[in-house]
Amino acid sequence: MSKKAAVKVIEGKTEEAIVGFLKSLLEKGVVEGIMVPKPLPSKDGFVQTLIRNPEMLNGVAILSPTMPVQSARVISSLSVKNLDKKIAAVMKACEIRAAVELAKFLQVKPDHLYLIGIDCPGTFEVPDYAKMAQEGKGGEALTKALLQGTEKGEISPPSGYAFRTACQMCEYPVPQADIVLKLYGYKADQEIGVEIGDKLEKEIEEKGILSFSENEPASRNEVVNKVIADRTKKRDALFQEFKGIVKDLQSFLDRFSTCVRCHNCMVACPICYCKECVFKTAVFEHDGDQFLRWADRKGEIRMPTDTLIFHLIRMSHMVTSCIGCGLCDSACPSRLPVATLFRSVGDRVQKMFQYVPGRDTAEVPPVATFKEDELKIESAAL
Amino acid sequence: MAEFEPRIVAFLCHWCTYTGADLAGTTRQQYPPNVRVVHLMCSGAVDSIYVLKALIDGADGVLIGGCHPGDCHYQTGNYKARRRVAILKGILQQMGYTEDRVLLKWISASEGKLFADTVTKMVDDLKKMGPNPMKQLWNA
Repeated sequence: MSKKAAVKVIEGKTEEAIVGFLKSLLEKGVVEGIMVPKPLPSKDGFVQTLIRNPEMLNGVAILSPTMPVQSARVISSLSVKNLDKKIAAVMKACEIRAAVELAKFLQVKPDHLYLIGIDCPGTFEVPDYAKMAQEGKGGEALTKALLQGTEKGEISPPSGYAFRTACQMCEYPVPQADIVLKLYGYKADQEIGVEIGDKLEKEIEEKGILSFSENEPASRNEVVNKVIADRTKKRDALFQEFKGIVKDLQSFLDRFSTCVRCHNCMVACPICYCKECVFKTAVFEHDGDQFLRWADRKGEIRMPTDTLIFHLIRMSHMVTSCIGCGLCDSACPSRLPVATLFRSVGDRVQKMFQYVPGRDTAEVPPVATFKEDELKIESAAL
Repeated sequence: MAEFEPRIVAFLCHWCTYTGADLAGTTRQQYPPNVRVVHLMCSGAVDSIYVLKALIDGADGVLIGGCHPGDCHYQTGNYKARRRVAILKGILQQMGYTEDRVLLKWISASEGKLFADTVTKMVDDLKKMGPNPMKQLWNA
């Protein structure tokens, strides 16, 4: 069972209060390093930073409203080979869910990692935020607006901007983590909630970092449910719209005709972890004559080939574990709705196995297990 | 105009269905010559990439043959194949490709007749369905 506590906020400085809490984790030796987003010197964006010196935590952006890389990938490289020291990582809900999936595939070793999640109001595309910052709509003003919005679950982006599509349809605004910083339902200029999981509760209490109490604003559950309901509605609308556009493979290819085959969606995807991808192998090198035979049979063929198979194969490899972070969307130079595609197909396939990716490291991904009596898909006796 | 002759690519496991197909031959079972067999060690070795490459590059149907549940030479390969095929079918259906041109069938080494009957039935079914539209997409 997790334990609840609250962190008091002084003079409305919410991020400073959280920084104070993070500092105490470092100073009292709960962890020996913290990975946390920090603003770029230009203030146009944010990057993850690994911090050992508590002083360097000043000015970090706990609520960084962008997601330039999937932090699950970062903690994969941090933890997969001999991480002996305890490290905490401040990550978004979807990054934590991706980390859970990667842990199942042995690409994240959670033993010495403590994941810190924060209620997520949503994020902006990296270039959008840079523009926002230049127009004076980013930074503290944005943080303040987001924190005001989370109290009642009514968060509006600055005028002229929208949250990333993946965020608008994300049903997981509240992370599951070793430490969860809770904003929804709280008056964040006065206090925010903290929930400490089993791994740390004893140490945090013994070291006097927090004192636990079960108090929580009465409205929290209601606010969280409202946010989930709003986003689920948006998700279903996008699924419906997608179904209207993609009626068959031809209409899919029409909609995705501007795909330039850069494979960026694959590179950005936290679930695609293979060191050598099949699309980079000789499987897709054909004889010149083969191209000519295809062109003969079909009249003409689009070059380069292999658009459809790329998307279908990528899906068949990753879609059961797609956690919907939408970094594929952000990475697409043709602005194709790849995240909606993967979420829509993922929804169907994940339901086949009652599988919720990112829920629990103890669950086994559908591709790695089976039941003897299931899926009556083999054709009936003749 | 000549009747449409479907092309089937069959991925057969070494221990059961491939041997079953062999038995169909040695016992002189009659079945249509529309099937091209690819010999694999296990149905669990079939990645969806093989199935899709066949369908996009010219096959009208794909047959995946493995051992009956519980009989896999490698214990569990056929169960894993079943999940992969189910996932692939789920993806294709959500993408609006509702035609069922991928057949998963358990045929043991002793079921030569079942192999012949399966191919006969599949050819009949595919003739009714007509050519696979996926292989005609110029921009696939």
